[in-house]
Amino acid sequence: MTFVLFAEQVLNGLQLGAMLFLMASGLTLVFGVMGLINLAHGSLYMIGAFAAAAVAAATGSFLLALAASLAAAAAAGALVEVSVIRRLYDRDHLDQVLATFALILIFSEGTRWVFGSFPLYLDIPSYLAGPVTLPGGIEYSLYRLTIIAIGAAVALGLYLLITRTRIGVQIRAGESDREMIAALGVNISKLYTIVFAMGAALAGLAGALIGPLQSVQIGMGEPVLILAFVVIVIGGIGSGKGALVASILVGLTDTLGRFLLPIAFGAFMDPSDATAIGSALASMSIYVLMAFVLVVRPTGLYGVAQHEA
Amino acid sequence: MKREPLVNAALFLSLPAVALWAVSTDEPFTITLATRTAILALAGVGLNIALGQGGLVSLGHAAFFGLGGYAMGVLASHAQTQTPILEWPVLIEGATSMPLIWLVAMAVSALAALGIGALSLRTSGVYFIMITLAFGQMLYYFAISWPAYGGEDGLSIHLRNSFPGLNTLDPIQFFGLCFVLLCAALLLSARLKRSPFGLALNAARQNPLRVRAVGVRPFSLRLTAFVISGVITGLAGALFADLNRFVSPSMLSWHTSGEIIVFVLLGGVGRLFGPVAGAGLYILLEQLLDGVSDYWQVFLGALLLTVVLIARGGLIGALAGSEVAHD
Amino acid sequence: MTDPVLAVHGLTKSFGALTACDGVSLDLRPGEIHALIGPNGAGKSTLIKQIAGEIAPDAGTIHFLGRDVTDLDAAARARMGLGRSFQISAVIPEFTVLQNVILAQLGAEGRVFRFLRAALSDRRALGRARDQLERVRLAHRLADRASEISHGERRRLELAMALALRPRAFLLDEPMAGMGAEGVVDMTALLDSLRFEAPILLIEHDMDAVFALADRISVLVYGALIATGGVQEIKRNRAVQRAYLGEEEVA
Repeated sequence: MTFVLFAEQVLNGLQLGAMLFLMASGLTLVFGVMGLINLAHGSLYMIGAFAAAAVAAATGSFLLALAASLAAAAAAGALVEVSVIRRLYDRDHLDQVLATFALILIFSEGTRWVFGSFPLYLDIPSYLAGPVTLPGGIEYSLYRLTIIAIGAAVALGLYLLITRTRIGVQIRAGESDREMIAALGVNISKLYTIVFAMGAALAGLAGALIGPLQSVQIGMGEPVLILAFVVIVIGGIGSGKGALVASILVGLTDTLGRFLLPIAFGAFMDPSDATAIGSALASMSIYVLMAFVLVVRPTGLYGVAQHEA
Repeated sequence: MKREPLVNAALFLSLPAVALWAVSTDEPFTITLATRTAILALAGVGLNIALGQGGLVSLGHAAFFGLGGYAMGVLASHAQTQTPILEWPVLIEGATSMPLIWLVAMAVSALAALGIGALSLRTSGVYFIMITLAFGQMLYYFAISWPAYGGEDGLSIHLRNSFPGLNTLDPIQFFGLCFVLLCAALLLSARLKRSPFGLALNAARQNPLRVRAVGVRPFSLRLTAFVISGVITGLAGALFADLNRFVSPSMLSWHTSGEIIVFVLLGGVGRLFGPVAGAGLYILLEQLLDGVSDYWQVFLGALLLTVVLIARGGLIGALAGSEVAHD
Repeated sequence: MTDPVLAVHGLTKSFGALTACDGVSLDLRPGEIHALIGPNGAGKSTLIKQIAGEIAPDAGTIHFLGRDVTDLDAAARARMGLGRSFQISAVIPEFTVLQNVILAQLGAEGRVFRFLRAALSDRRALGRARDQLERVRLAHRLADRASEISHGERRRLELAMALALRPRAFLLDEPMAGMGAEGVVDMTALLDSLRFEAPILLIEHDMDAVFALADRISVLVYGALIATGGVQEIKRNRAVQRAYLGEEEVA
């Protein structure tokens, strides 16, 4: 029984990792290409979730809901990029932090205005509901398994996009030398809008996918945003590979920490205390992981050394 | 530039003026607002030492604000129930004396700032922002999941803590106390800015390479500034908790960090009195707009965007000209 | 012969496949100006950054004032008296000229961690700062912002900051770069007088200045020293002519 339970927790960790990757890959891409720190990335996640919940309620189709989340988040992303974000590329980080913090306030309260304060709910579509039996007798939610698969597919897709396509070449060029791509005749502002909208769409997809597992509500993007920051710091800012590895690492650490620490404390104290202390410490586990990585490699696992201005 | 001292004095004196006027017209709620402004300004003055003087964009100052608050909450709640905080290895009792609570709040914040700063300052730029944010959230989640002190629900205190010779339950007396502490912090901040330390810290913000070349480690400067900054914000947290007689994890949340930065920005980054102007403006907007719409934060967001994108000098910049004073 | 002030042995530094510094050994003796020359990309900057302590060598040692400083950071070496100027002027742009020099003084004396007294209130320190600015003929600009003075003046300000360290050796990275002919003449005279303060390790592209000032010259090519010697010796050296001076003749 312990093995089955443990395997289930590992899969939960992978599912969290897949979610985090959808968030972190967009953030790290935007930072790598445009040098922008975007606190409002969590708002795009929220927008994706709300769009999905609204469309699912109207049409009953989960696939349409996912498509809506991609479209709505990408559109919102493109809109803020054109209206606000592009004025921030040449600003210092403080301005970027403040302006994107302002966007969070606007998005959160604006969404509350439109949808009200009550959480919305998304249902798992019937064809993805229920458990499947995996080798080794592990019963696991088909829906969560699907999220892991989507995360893997997106990782592969991004890899192919960056390495094999024309826009990927432009993105890589943009990461190393902005003037170079301008000299090559690439329309930078269009490229930036596309990259930002793409990151937004991934965040929106993540929000829609998590919708059936949690409730869809205001502020839902912020805990995920913080986790995605931890992922990026651990993986190294601007590194796609780092984002993938660190997403899985953080997903597993968080999930297994919550599972194992109370058990570990239960070995030598009474169960209710063990649960309390274990889960309190488990909530800190990923930050301890981050601190550890910082001590060993201040620029993250795959980060390049930063130049101090 | 000559106008800035005048603007500062006017803004600054308007705070006790409003409080005293509220006493004469018997509006305790307005006194409470003035007190809240003074406390939030104090938190901002703390952050401004790291942010304005040191160029350290900390998005984790809620950690110190909240720790200060919890220092108050823990000490006072134990005093209230007359149970010791710790019996072994040494006996630690609760407390209701403000000076003692402040000392504990500042010591706890100093330790936390030392730890968080030592790790975060190994990096700079965006990393620093994200890491301070993450460590702040770590404490937030810890406070939520640690049940002993109220967890998610927070911790209430029946009576405001005491200060020798004052009746802290009288709103104007408590305001006076907070205002005096704000003055002290402003004075400290001003002296610091002109001191050798402030000079070197400011230099390290502009050109760390040059600072190293004259024999000074930017890391030590920044860590010291971060600790001083955290201590002042921690003190503000203890006062804030005492004002509300309540402390909860929301004091630790990153929204609080964002708001403290907003005070500094609305007033004008790098201005001594910026946080005072910013906190005042924030409270004013909150009171004015909250009546107009339930969603006043949309307007706050829009105003913030405008300040960042267009009016970068903040309120003091708008009133006193864009030049930041150098001495 | 007296002990060298600064001695570098077998200094090696690679960046990936590129060996930017390949077993370099050189020394700086009391009272001398030792010029370090070499074509662009020869690794001069990498070498000087290692000597200053800004980057750590992969192998080799650095001794300063008879002490092994290889493991000390830049700040510690500066406090020992290693006065530095940078290839691209590094001053504190928002500070006045005087504040820049005061900063250097405070750093050198380890008096930075003082929190309450005003930095500009110490008469003695101000007096010394004025003297140092006098030395580099900047006394008339002490109240001006460092970002507002001319390029050549900023170069001299860097020297004043190095002087404020009461240096035991100067490490000057292209102090003449970007200067007009007149500026070069002035700077040459100034450096000539500084050698009595402390010996100078000088990286410089202006050959007239180098030949006028240097007691010894070391030539760096592809990260390795190919020759060290007096001016005439270096002018006659075949390898140097081929690697370095040859290029100038062609140009």
